[in-house]
Amino acid sequence: MALVYNEEQQMLRDSAKSFIQESSPVSLLRELRDSGKEWSTELWSGMAEMGWTGITIPEDYGGLEFGYVGAGLIFEECGRTLATSPLLSSSMVCASLIADLGNDEQKQTLLPAIASGESIATLAVGESDRFDPSSVALTAVAEADGYVLDGKKLHVLDGGIANTLIVAATSAAGLSLLFVDRDADGVQIEATLNADNRNTATATFESLHVGADALLGEEGAAAPAVQKALDIGAALSAAELLGISQEAFERTLDYLKDRKQFGVPVGSFQALQHRAAQLFCELELCKSVVLKALQAIDEDAADRSLLASLAKAKMAKTARLAVNEAVQMHGGIGMTDEFDIGFFMKRAGAACQEYGDYYYHSERFAKLSGY
Amino acid sequence: MANLEEFRHQTREWLEENCPASMRRPIKSDKDQCWGGRNWVFESEEQRLWLERMAERGWTTPQWPTEYGGGGLSREEAKILQQEMARVVARRPLESFGIDMLGPALFKFASEEQKQRFIPEIIRGKIRWCQGYSEPNAGSDLASLQTRAEDRGDHYVVNGSKVWTSHADEADWIFCLVRTDFDVPKHQGISFLLFDMASPGVSTNPIKLISGNSPFCETVFENVKVPKENLVGELNEGWDIAKYLLTHEREMIGGFGLLRAGSKSLGQTALETCGDKDGQLADSGLRADIAAFEIDEMGFALTVERVVDEARAGQGTGAASSLLKLYGTELNKIRNELMMSVGGSKALAWGDGERTTLAQHWLRSKGNSIEGGTSEIQLNIIAKRILGLPG
Repeated sequence: MALVYNEEQQMLRDSAKSFIQESSPVSLLRELRDSGKEWSTELWSGMAEMGWTGITIPEDYGGLEFGYVGAGLIFEECGRTLATSPLLSSSMVCASLIADLGNDEQKQTLLPAIASGESIATLAVGESDRFDPSSVALTAVAEADGYVLDGKKLHVLDGGIANTLIVAATSAAGLSLLFVDRDADGVQIEATLNADNRNTATATFESLHVGADALLGEEGAAAPAVQKALDIGAALSAAELLGISQEAFERTLDYLKDRKQFGVPVGSFQALQHRAAQLFCELELCKSVVLKALQAIDEDAADRSLLASLAKAKMAKTARLAVNEAVQMHGGIGMTDEFDIGFFMKRAGAACQEYGDYYYHSERFAKLSGY
Repeated sequence: MANLEEFRHQTREWLEENCPASMRRPIKSDKDQCWGGRNWVFESEEQRLWLERMAERGWTTPQWPTEYGGGGLSREEAKILQQEMARVVARRPLESFGIDMLGPALFKFASEEQKQRFIPEIIRGKIRWCQGYSEPNAGSDLASLQTRAEDRGDHYVVNGSKVWTSHADEADWIFCLVRTDFDVPKHQGISFLLFDMASPGVSTNPIKLISGNSPFCETVFENVKVPKENLVGELNEGWDIAKYLLTHEREMIGGFGLLRAGSKSLGQTALETCGDKDGQLADSGLRADIAAFEIDEMGFALTVERVVDEARAGQGTGAASSLLKLYGTELNKIRNELMMSVGGSKALAWGDGERTTLAQHWLRSKGNSIEGGTSEIQLNIIAKRILGLPG
């Protein structure tokens, strides 16, 4: 498939850009932070009205079925203005799990609720500080009419605002997924506010009884769908980072042209020009790997996981460079809270970790490449 | 699409019948690559036949127009030809600066008469071309070149010297930048001339490089007579041609970034050479560096693909050549460094003149980021022309 966006996708990008710049400029993030809020329900409703909350969900379940390349453009535009929402964890990652594994009833009740934005779900999988979805110690022990869950999940994305958790557990049959209501007895959720003004949560489950209908998919057979959902998470997180990095880069270029020292614009100095040019090249590579990974997800290509890791690894490394250069090239003002560029560094720092950082994905890339 | 499948089928059959067995083996020695020209000594009858058969169909230049002897293929057809050739490991029948550099410039700037005269010979590999660009005092600052061509009525007289002229000692003709006006700003007094290297007054002197090979020459012109009909484009407007040709040269050199050692990835080669521990490369540091390289290598290959796709969809920025040159050559250097680390002491073996060894390829690759405009020049171009930075 050609590595270009078609007309429909370009129109989606244009509408995404104008909506997000209007309803969630970077100043909104500042307002939220200053007023002690983590997200805006008004923005979330707006996203739902735009159809974003159901962009990849099948039409039969109230979605637009527009595909992940299109979704990537939304995340790129959201990255540009640092828009905060549970779009990735709920509407992308969890929706994919439910669409892949859910029975008719689960799909019919949950997918439309996620597509409309009314329900927010999140995947609780990791149990360590560094991203490592393969080690799941949390147990689900079968009992007469369901399961008993015991264990603890760390850094659950949007865990502070999600009403439904999809919990990864090890049962007798292997890796299984179970729905858990956040308000159920035996669930304890403790949200943490992070540097990027988003929340992640520690979720503790103590002798939590859930019914047999809480099981998502076959018991012990969740691994392939989890891998796919995490590939989606990684690729779309890379798309968000692409937006963050491009915006930080463009703001930096403007500054280099504008700021004068020694009587000339600082952007006339070769020491800065060459670094900017190098970063430009890295970002061009990022555009290619992100698009390719999202196409591979849409086509369910055999090398989907390799390409998702390629995209996240390349993007995480470049995003770090982009925000570091942005702050450095802005000089002292880049270190001030009053100036917006620091927000880009904070969000990039968090997004680099979500669904796996450079080290996780470059290691996985090597493994999938057979060495 | 049905037509493309038909084309693939026919191409496969034709290659099966016409590509000699010895032309389906990986390149081993320098003589395995056919450069053509008046003085070329074919390594084998099969090498000659392969060039002749491919040139007959215009497939040495698959997408050039048929009226000059080109293949006249669409981009999709050319891609299929490439895939089918790769399938049987068919060698490129002709290596040629005429194809990779001069030809595109002739199509854009030459007179119809010049096209008729030179292009068919490029396609058939009859004339081997070299490039007269850099001079001892005009490297990165190419436009300051001093080789002069004086108007003597029906001809020019060329005096001066060029350096880093690739394969000048084996070339038949040269495309050469000369100064034809010394009284105007440097970019405005340059012209683009074609002439025969057998002309009286042309001499070449190979330069031995750190790799032990001498692919480059110093080329001296002493009162070389060049007919006026060999001027391409307008007098004093050669810089535009020079720049256009450079973009093709840069894309060609940048293409080195796409080279893989055979069909194997560096990681696979390393695994076979260095051995594994539980199926993984035992040296975790080397493994991490190889992964970092392969991530960039794949990202670069996808970017080359995207640039072509965008240009085709009319979305191109037209600013790709500097990026490809810069990134491709830097990647090729990293690849060679890693190949040396993978090979260990064994990789240090020196060649016997026939065969170029890993160590010699490693040293040769260092020139990639210098020739055709250094990496620093590419960064300057990107900073100023693409990013619009001042100064």
